[in-house]
Amino acid sequence: MPQPLIATNDFVVKFANVNGSGSASANGLFAKSILRMGVPIASRNIFPSNIQGLPTWFEVRVSEAGHMGRRGGVDMMVAMNPQTWDRDIAEIEAGGYLFYDSTRPMPKSKFRDDITIIGCPLTEITNAAYSDPRQRQLFKNIVYLGALSALLDMEVEAVQHCIAAQFKGKEKLVPANYAALEMGRSWAQANLQCPIGLTLKRADKVGDRIFVEGNAAAGLGAVYGGATVCAWYPITPSTSLAEAFEKYCTRLRKDPETGEKRYAIVQAEDELASIGMVIGAAWNGARAFTATSGPGISLMQEFLGLAYFAEIPAVLFDVQRAGPSTGMPTRTQQSDLLSAAYASHGDTKHVMLLPEDPSECFTFGADAFDLADRLQTPIFVMLDLDIGMNDWLCEPFAWDPNRRMDRGKVLDAAGLDAAQNFGRYQDIDGDGIPYRTWPGTHPEKGAFFTRGTSRDRQARYTEEGAPYVDNMQRLLRKFETAKSVVPRPIMRAAKEKARDGVIYYGSTSAAMKEALSALEAEGVHLDALRIRAFPFHQDVADFIAAHDRVFVVEQNRDAQLRTLLMNEESIDPAKMIAVLHYDGTPITARFIQAAIADRASAANVLPFRKATP
Amino acid sequence: MTFLPKPKLHHPKLPTNTVGLTRRDYEGAISTLCAGCGHDSISAAIIQACFNLAIPPHRIAKLSGIGCSSKTPTYFLGAAHGFNSVHGRMPSVLTGAYLANRDLIYLGVSGDGDSASIGFGQFAHSMRRGVNMTYIVENNGVYGLTKGQFSATSDKGSVAKKGAVNADQPIDLAAIAVQLGATFVARSFSGDKEQLVPLIEAALTHQGAAFIDVLSPCVAFNNHAGSTKSYDFIREHNDALNKLDIMVNRDAITVSYAPGEVTDVMQHDGSVLRLRKLHEGHDPTDRASAMHHIMERKAAGEIVTGLIYVDPEPTALHESLGTVAAPLNALGDSELCPGVDALAKVNASLR
Ligand SMILES: Cc1ncc(C[n+]2csc(CCOP(=O)(O)OP(=O)(O)O)c2C)c(N)n1
Ligand code: SF4
Ligand SMILES: [Mg+2]
Repeated sequence: MPQPLIATNDFVVKFANVNGSGSASANGLFAKSILRMGVPIASRNIFPSNIQGLPTWFEVRVSEAGHMGRRGGVDMMVAMNPQTWDRDIAEIEAGGYLFYDSTRPMPKSKFRDDITIIGCPLTEITNAAYSDPRQRQLFKNIVYLGALSALLDMEVEAVQHCIAAQFKGKEKLVPANYAALEMGRSWAQANLQCPIGLTLKRADKVGDRIFVEGNAAAGLGAVYGGATVCAWYPITPSTSLAEAFEKYCTRLRKDPETGEKRYAIVQAEDELASIGMVIGAAWNGARAFTATSGPGISLMQEFLGLAYFAEIPAVLFDVQRAGPSTGMPTRTQQSDLLSAAYASHGDTKHVMLLPEDPSECFTFGADAFDLADRLQTPIFVMLDLDIGMNDWLCEPFAWDPNRRMDRGKVLDAAGLDAAQNFGRYQDIDGDGIPYRTWPGTHPEKGAFFTRGTSRDRQARYTEEGAPYVDNMQRLLRKFETAKSVVPRPIMRAAKEKARDGVIYYGSTSAAMKEALSALEAEGVHLDALRIRAFPFHQDVADFIAAHDRVFVVEQNRDAQLRTLLMNEESIDPAKMIAVLHYDGTPITARFIQAAIADRASAANVLPFRKATP
Repeated sequence: MTFLPKPKLHHPKLPTNTVGLTRRDYEGAISTLCAGCGHDSISAAIIQACFNLAIPPHRIAKLSGIGCSSKTPTYFLGAAHGFNSVHGRMPSVLTGAYLANRDLIYLGVSGDGDSASIGFGQFAHSMRRGVNMTYIVENNGVYGLTKGQFSATSDKGSVAKKGAVNADQPIDLAAIAVQLGATFVARSFSGDKEQLVPLIEAALTHQGAAFIDVLSPCVAFNNHAGSTKSYDFIREHNDALNKLDIMVNRDAITVSYAPGEVTDVMQHDGSVLRLRKLHEGHDPTDRASAMHHIMERKAAGEIVTGLIYVDPEPTALHESLGTVAAPLNALGDSELCPGVDALAKVNASLR
């Protein structure tokens, strides 16, 4: 038996549960109680595409150092699901801990001898205390929370505080939950060696950060960004984004006197209708968006081409998942990059924003509407399931009180009267962005007919080649303009001069930061660039040019960002090394570290020390 | 080809409507459809109806899908914004436009291919949602623009120009609109201006989902013997349910009728639909009986036209959503952005 793991405020606990057993709320209480103790955590749900009965997992990474990505590995398993027992046991690190319901005896072969086994007769305890089967089930979760609080030396006041907060408005339920908590806690204190080697200790590392899921943040961003029309069709993992928009609108966007809504939400019949409504609303001057995932983006393809050529400021939130529809809908990936960037037929390219965490989902969620209006084109905000559906500890949402909506180049009646010879597709300013008018603006001026590409600068119908090319060239100029207005990439320079670089984006960011520090400790120094938008800012090409080799870390099979970089920046493929994680779970720091260390050493370019396990 | 707008040379003596515009002010670019195409007559009827109602043209937004029929919005109301969207998807684009600004009048133009085949779903859902619009299908029983394939409204047994016989059951869009909850449903014929113009006027004043199925012969591909959508066939089988006069703002009623001869339906906006009944057993305000009546007449081989169904007190989508009276696209920062204090509260709730 190896030495049992000993760590304070730095370990991973994983809960293996059955979907629909009520475990989610107890697990959430566990996570929040640790935050309450001032210790940062990163938590992730791994759940099936099912409502009841299938396995789910909840992983809590406790990290006083503030690592928000997945580390990889499990130090303590709370194994509540017999179905997945074997694989759950196998996942525990050597020296780790297993917590399980010991009511029914298990054969010795079902355990491992290199871990500490902690049995607690949860069923027996709850059967003795409750007669109602539903109560027995629900309180079992709180009982194990109580036992864990003793084993990990959690402050019971922190847990109680979180229980009280959870039942705000239903205060009647609080005492019963306190009692169940105490049942588990006192049983553990009386019967088990408490605490174990993994312990929690009050710290002051959470600060003013908030704990929120990316979908809620993006939905709130849309409220702040001035969106008034939302048309959507339910699809995991994007559904909670539209729901959050509705929730926040209900709270923040009703006329205080009449209670009438300053927004319209339509659950459309499918994704074609969703994007059609968004296009119609945006054409008519409202800020409009849809929230969807890969299969929805596929269905929207034809309309996206129209929106590109008709120059409609539509906003799309794509919460990416593993495809296709019958694939792994509840698993995370960054695999829609290419289908969004080049969505539709004809020559099209689209602007994408790539937020790294919920805080940026809020910011980009609002910015997307300014960008859409400014650039008169669809804007994709690319979340993924990991950011979208997990609560992340992140910077609080920030808003500049002086900020005003940038509605872009829109001529009102006075503007039309002042303008000489308005033409919808003229490039007056040389930035490729024309002026538009909304329907109903002026009795005589500014009306035009919106269609695809068969038009001249005055929006008159034509099928001739020269005006077509003229228009297509202008659209390219507009895309050039986009490069300077989308969020710039962020560079993190290595401590020592580095010959290699790494590029990453989106939800990979948290694990990447940790991997970079770990690599640095091994003597592998890399400059890192976090890309935040497409089209790429000039900084991206400069960064690649400044390095011998560039690792491109992403969560898909086909190295989609790498393809986009090679294609758009004419970069030699040999220089770009793909580091790919795509099994549907969020990428881990350990994975990145190992993948880069491996290649860095194989090429023998950098000083390299093997990582100590 | 480049089409320049038609020069607007106004005859000084052209009659004007109550907003001081002449009929010519409601025209658009010169049509490029085949001479004799039914769709052009529908454009003319739309122009006439808008002129009669004295709607300022820029207060209308005209939207369409793809097809010869969907091209027509270029040929009327040149001072209105138009949107030629994608095939079969006009209803969603129109719905979005209506959500953005409830103050404009929305006119959707589509074809039978556009609405009964590729866009059948969107057609259906826009009806059941109560989008406040006038939705006109220019129904010729074929795909005109792709050169004469059968559409889903082609009657079973109808013969194509090249001799093929249609074996599939037709979709009756008007009957389906009634079933789906449209609050104004009519059918007419492009060749019957007298019937069509007041129906369009009534639809434009209707404050809910108004649908008109207009039979509109395609002279290039579906006007031969054996077609059930030809001028001759429709003239022979046209069975009008009623005659409609529409009175907006309580216009002087010029003709007097014997008691019992007319039914007046007052719409929500105050306009009155005066119906002279031609069919016994048809009550245009009773959805179930209207449905039953058109099915019965259809079984007898007749094409019923006229006002099929109207709900004078419709609930439009904005009412069911409970949105503010002001157009959403007119709301500014102070109305839309909750501000920093509200955000501080949200942050606090997430700690
Ligand atoms: C996605 C897509 N598929 C096919 C077409 C080709 N298409 C253009 S018009 C049309 C049929 C139009 O028929 P209808 O709506 O009846 O209009 P009509 O020309 O008869 O007035 C088709 C199939 C298209 N434009 N888009
Ligand atoms: S092909 Fe038919 S529908 Fe099209 S313009 Fe000619 S007559 Fe009209
Ligand atoms: Mg047709």
